[in-house]
Amino acid sequence: MIDFGFSVNPSSRINLDAADGEKFHRLAALEPDALKCMACGSCSASCSAAAFEDTSLRRALLSLQNGLSDDAAKLLSHCMLCGKCTMVCPRGINTRHLILSILKIYSL
Amino acid sequence: MKNNILVIGGGPAGMEASAALSRMGYNVILAEKEKSLGGHLAKWDRLFPDQIPAKQVLDSLLEGIKDVKCFTETDVNSINLLDRSYNAMLSNGITILADAVLLASGFDLFKAEKKEEYGYGIYEGVLTNADLEKAFKEGKTFSPAPMAIGFVHCVGSRDEKAGNPACSKVCCATAVKQAIETKELYPDANVYCFYMDLRMFGRHYEDLYLRAQKSGIRFIRGRVSEVSETADGRLLVKAEDTLSSKPLKVSLDRLVLMAGMRPSKAGRAVGHQLNLTTEEDGFFSSADNLLSIQRSKLPGFFYAGACTGPKTLPDTLHEARSAAMEIDRYIKENFRK
Repeated sequence: MIDFGFSVNPSSRINLDAADGEKFHRLAALEPDALKCMACGSCSASCSAAAFEDTSLRRALLSLQNGLSDDAAKLLSHCMLCGKCTMVCPRGINTRHLILSILKIYSL
Repeated sequence: MKNNILVIGGGPAGMEASAALSRMGYNVILAEKEKSLGGHLAKWDRLFPDQIPAKQVLDSLLEGIKDVKCFTETDVNSINLLDRSYNAMLSNGITILADAVLLASGFDLFKAEKKEEYGYGIYEGVLTNADLEKAFKEGKTFSPAPMAIGFVHCVGSRDEKAGNPACSKVCCATAVKQAIETKELYPDANVYCFYMDLRMFGRHYEDLYLRAQKSGIRFIRGRVSEVSETADGRLLVKAEDTLSSKPLKVSLDRLVLMAGMRPSKAGRAVGHQLNLTTEEDGFFSSADNLLSIQRSKLPGFFYAGACTGPKTLPDTLHEARSAAMEIDRYIKENFRK
């Protein structure tokens, strides 16, 4: 291909039509609490890893719903499974268990 | 002697206040512009938060006004304050001398076509909260079954450019209720709610939200910016997912617009004749907004319900009862000395 010296950036727009709903369905079947997140941010605020690395269960869940599992992987890769987020979640989500299930289902 | 009380508007507020005033022994005359009583309630299928049938509520309100003189399909042609009573000429030719007047003129739904970017009246798949409720009530379903449906909160609410900076108060709970009912009707469909804030302030409203989440309804925090048509005739909806700070698009088969509350045109026409003032939002100004919401700035002229701003149904009914008490107090203080 001729190099014209420029390229086209891929769109950063989330396309829900292309999102893989099947895996999220499986996750929700195994962990119904995955649906209960109300994006309050308590988990990220209490996260020991988030102070040093970009880590957030809230955003990881959102990324999965938006079909961006690579982003979710990055956001969970520094999780040490300390469980502090489980203590603070107002919806009572077993976040530690949820993270393990996400890693399993999405083979992250 | 029984004092005449004129109630303008036969929706929930007018009906409940009429019932209370009639029980207190007043001679109540209720004027309603439509063919039948009930206002918006009569057009609704089920009510949040418990999803009880609107008809059940309407029937018990009707039961309460059995002894009230009701004129339907009747407008207030003119009204003026005489010495201390109001002289009202109704469109049916009847003239009433009332010692107190209660305005319960409620609201009109925001005209969704004004938000042209949402495509109401342009694309077939775009409907309003009232349209969907009508379909529920008539038992009509969409065919073929939709695969994806969206709900847009705050249509004509919290929107200065649309002339209404205020929150319409009921749309969040209505959207969540309708989303649940839609999901129940089409379990395989993806259901999305586009919201800015979820204002689930009432008892059990938050439960409704949790129930919606558990049923798999996706809440996207962001206002829909535009709707267009895809090549295969579906709706392409664009919004920002503000929780991830990324623009987002999704194709839908139906989009439901949660049209907000605007002051009723008929109510404003009555107010105009008496030079009643409105606030910036277009709704009538009460004597004050804390202690005397039911009182206007005119003696013997009272308000109940959404004519002084968006209200939920329970709010409206409370105001109606409270207005009846205020009227009773006013009559006793001014006519029975």
